[in-house]
Amino acid sequence: MQPIWLVYTGVLILCCFMCLYRVARGPTAPDRAVAIDILGIVIVGFCALFSVLTGKEWFITVAITWSLLSFIGTTALAKYLEGRGYDE
Amino acid sequence: MSELASSISFGIGVAFTFFGCLGLLRLPDVYNRLQAATKCVTFGMIFMIVAVVIRSGFGSLGVKAILCLAFILLTSPTAAHAISRGAHRSGVRLWKGSVIDEYLKDREPKG
Repeated sequence: MQPIWLVYTGVLILCCFMCLYRVARGPTAPDRAVAIDILGIVIVGFCALFSVLTGKEWFITVAITWSLLSFIGTTALAKYLEGRGYDE
Repeated sequence: MSELASSISFGIGVAFTFFGCLGLLRLPDVYNRLQAATKCVTFGMIFMIVAVVIRSGFGSLGVKAILCLAFILLTSPTAAHAISRGAHRSGVRLWKGSVIDEYLKDREPKG
């Protein structure tokens, strides 16, 4: 493994902690929802990084599943914030 | 050669993701944060997935990576739009330096 990939791993971990800070401190509930959405996409990036580093194929499968589940969760949170029914 | 191209592409993606998360950390308002974070992180993901495809070629891994990219490009703007609509309707105020709120004017006649 070349050292540049170690730098990429460190920067992505830093991004995760930035998102977690916004989840913990966010003044309103939509801030937390945005931060959770972005955290999901950063974790998909992590899966891409691991699949490059290890050459294993199932990391990309995990990434597909994670992106779809993150979308469902974020949409449910947004509908809950809107305070209306799920049928519109 | 493909190793170098893959490293450079992944580096561009990581840089865009970092700046998007920096915007999530530093900007003053939920709408500004949504703007910075969603655009930059989605654009960075394009370069990361392209790095995986360059590294592995169009085998089963590369095609799965392109499928993952298609899902992210479809779902991320939709989720961001849903969050901002929900935030506006649940009464989150704009930052005091914001100059215009067209969506509020659109919503007022209907109540």
